[in-house]
Amino acid sequence: MAEELDADWTKVVVEQAPLDTKKFERQVAGGSGSIPHSWKRLRTAGATARQMLLDAAAKRWNVSASECITSKGVVMHKASKRQLSYGELATEAAQLPVPSDVKLKEIKDFNLIGSVVKNVDNPKIITGKPLFGLDFYRDGMLFAMIQRPAFGYKLKSLNAATAKAMSGIVDVVTFDNNVAVVGKSTWQVKKAKDALKIEWEKADALESTADHNKLFKEMLDGSNATVRRKDGDVETAFKNAAKVVKAEYQCPFLPHNPLEPMNFFAHVRPDGVELVGPTQTPELARNETAKLLGISPDKVSVQLTRMGGGFGRRLKADYVIEAVQVSKLVNAPVKLIWSREDDMTGGSYRPAVRYRFEAALDAQGNMIGYKLRGASINAGNATREDNFPSGAVDNLLIDSVDHKSPITTGPWRAPITNFLAFAEQAFIDEVAQAAGKDPVQFRLELLNKAKQKPVGAIKYDIDRMKGVIELAAEKSGWGKKKGADGKPIAQGFSVYFSHRSYVAQVGEVVMQKGKPVLQKVYSAADCGVVINQSGAQQQVRGCVVDGIGHAMYGSITFKDGVPQQKNFNEYRLIRLNEIPEIEVHFVQNEIEPTGLGEPSLPPAGAAVANAIFKATGKRLRSQPFIEQEEFKGVS
Amino acid sequence: MAIFKLQINGRAYQADVESDTPLLWVLRDNLGLVGTKYGCGIAQCGACTVHLNGEATRSCVLPVSAVGKSKVTTIEGLSPTGTHPVQVAWDKVDVPQCGYCQAGQIMTAAALLKRNPKPTQTEIDDTMTGNLCRCGTYHRIREAVKLASESTATSSTPSKTSKTK
Repeated sequence: MAEELDADWTKVVVEQAPLDTKKFERQVAGGSGSIPHSWKRLRTAGATARQMLLDAAAKRWNVSASECITSKGVVMHKASKRQLSYGELATEAAQLPVPSDVKLKEIKDFNLIGSVVKNVDNPKIITGKPLFGLDFYRDGMLFAMIQRPAFGYKLKSLNAATAKAMSGIVDVVTFDNNVAVVGKSTWQVKKAKDALKIEWEKADALESTADHNKLFKEMLDGSNATVRRKDGDVETAFKNAAKVVKAEYQCPFLPHNPLEPMNFFAHVRPDGVELVGPTQTPELARNETAKLLGISPDKVSVQLTRMGGGFGRRLKADYVIEAVQVSKLVNAPVKLIWSREDDMTGGSYRPAVRYRFEAALDAQGNMIGYKLRGASINAGNATREDNFPSGAVDNLLIDSVDHKSPITTGPWRAPITNFLAFAEQAFIDEVAQAAGKDPVQFRLELLNKAKQKPVGAIKYDIDRMKGVIELAAEKSGWGKKKGADGKPIAQGFSVYFSHRSYVAQVGEVVMQKGKPVLQKVYSAADCGVVINQSGAQQQVRGCVVDGIGHAMYGSITFKDGVPQQKNFNEYRLIRLNEIPEIEVHFVQNEIEPTGLGEPSLPPAGAAVANAIFKATGKRLRSQPFIEQEEFKGVS
Repeated sequence: MAIFKLQINGRAYQADVESDTPLLWVLRDNLGLVGTKYGCGIAQCGACTVHLNGEATRSCVLPVSAVGKSKVTTIEGLSPTGTHPVQVAWDKVDVPQCGYCQAGQIMTAAALLKRNPKPTQTEIDDTMTGNLCRCGTYHRIREAVKLASESTATSSTPSKTSKTK
């Protein structure tokens, strides 16, 4: 908007709007969709306002608008050098008719878009100003924490006598098998919560990770899978194959672990509900609140705070609804706080999955058949059946089977693809190896085949995918790079299309004391026009760190429905001394921008696993890698 | 409940709380100093880092009764205008993504540079590894600490080896 408005960026103030579904179409931070959604809309808004300011100045000077130009918040009459600031013109401009056909800038004329723009909240963040949900305080507000049942349990009995008698405790209330402690400070509430005496009883299946591992095998061997895509005749292709490659890949459940745990402020009053807090979907929070209370959505206001991370967890409104329930029960304004333990054990996890792949090669090493079955727990369809290599293989079958579990799952940064990409791109490396072909060449051959003789529908852009593959190969010196000792560096390749963007990555692994260490990752992304160089660079780096961190260390396991990791002493997040160097490249083009919040995460796991294979000769087929044989003895 | 007198950011405060209340929650719930963040409550993530007599300290596991006469510095008191070299470097390098962990990161870095104005890369890494950043801004954290250490150098001819072992 500032670009098309020709605003002076140093004078631009960015403010968070409250939820307003009449004014705004999409107040959602998710699916890497904010940029693609707002690209044309915000530019058009800026260009429209600019035209009106220009017209207002021309009118005041009694000259033609075409004789005037705009720059940095000022309209200037070229001939007379007269100037008026936007501020001086705003009132008059607002009275003019709104033009309906403003012309947007050519990409080559951008000043702000494509430059480095810093986080607008930096001055507040670095001085510790209240910004986040947990920073919201209101006079008279009470604090609440909730003890929730583990997965498959319900509330049997509660003895809250000790907790209620503790200092600062106002009430202990129950709803939907939850026990909420309400009091005057976070610490008092936390201590009283720990003092609750609760008996839970079985209400559903009590599942353990060991059960899931057996279940995956049953699902992969069974006949209940739903066919997602079928091209050609897979059975004949495998019958005629010169070589068949088979492998299985598995990924565990993951919690989101935004550093700011779930929290929300709610005040249920007779005349309506006030909600304040961090959410990726304020409209969902409002609508679920209205539905719960049986009131009209326009009686619910939602004010958004800054979010201390979301990663998909805040696309759900469960924690908002809890705050509403507690506020209603105690008839007071309430800030609901999840402890880290609550956050890690509270569900909505990245689902656990296991994939079975089979590839048929002919005598020349061409992939003539491809089978993929996804077995998952609460993931729905764990495949993305139209993704590469679909379209490049004559005979293909992709199906999926899902198990419904009491362990709740939800969107986790790059849903499905965050584990599917690892499995697909590591398996294709195995197929290339079996075919005796270079992994990059093998992918390019498949893409050329898809271009020349496409099989079925192709729902990715072949040229853009080739573009990032070639850029990553070039920047990483693929196949040619040597270390200081003159030996080739162990590199692993990966490429993925997700959330409308294309990303290829090369991981580099060195052996230290007999163990693989990830030293560097090259990332090449095609997200169309890059809007903010600083934000884009960090989104890519952050995605790579997130992708390799979780591939290396992340796992939450269960015993009889109870999560076994509850805090950062038991659940490992990647730390500063564990990151590789990351080199970020973007394809330069004029394609409308697509998202960057997710697409650089999915390929990272396979770039690492394939590089480790190069270095050790061992395939890593299960996450987290740290638990695999190759890393035994590594801290 | 008892009254605790605290020296925070050069000012005298008092809070009427239970003696086992962590300093973190006294700062946040009682004194309105919310720049110091809760992340884990068990000294694992570093979001709650403050200075106690200049030393980086995890306020989530420090009972208010143990603070005594120690001088507490929080992110709000590091430099109210955001002009501490570490804060300047943090903005210049554009470190924050979501921003939630950054007060803790800045306080950890500021304590490091006070103790060791010219840390080596390894010393920076060893110290900053204690603080989690879920957005993965680690590369920029490293860069910003280095930048801050260069700007705080007092000698006009800094020796690369003078501070290393």
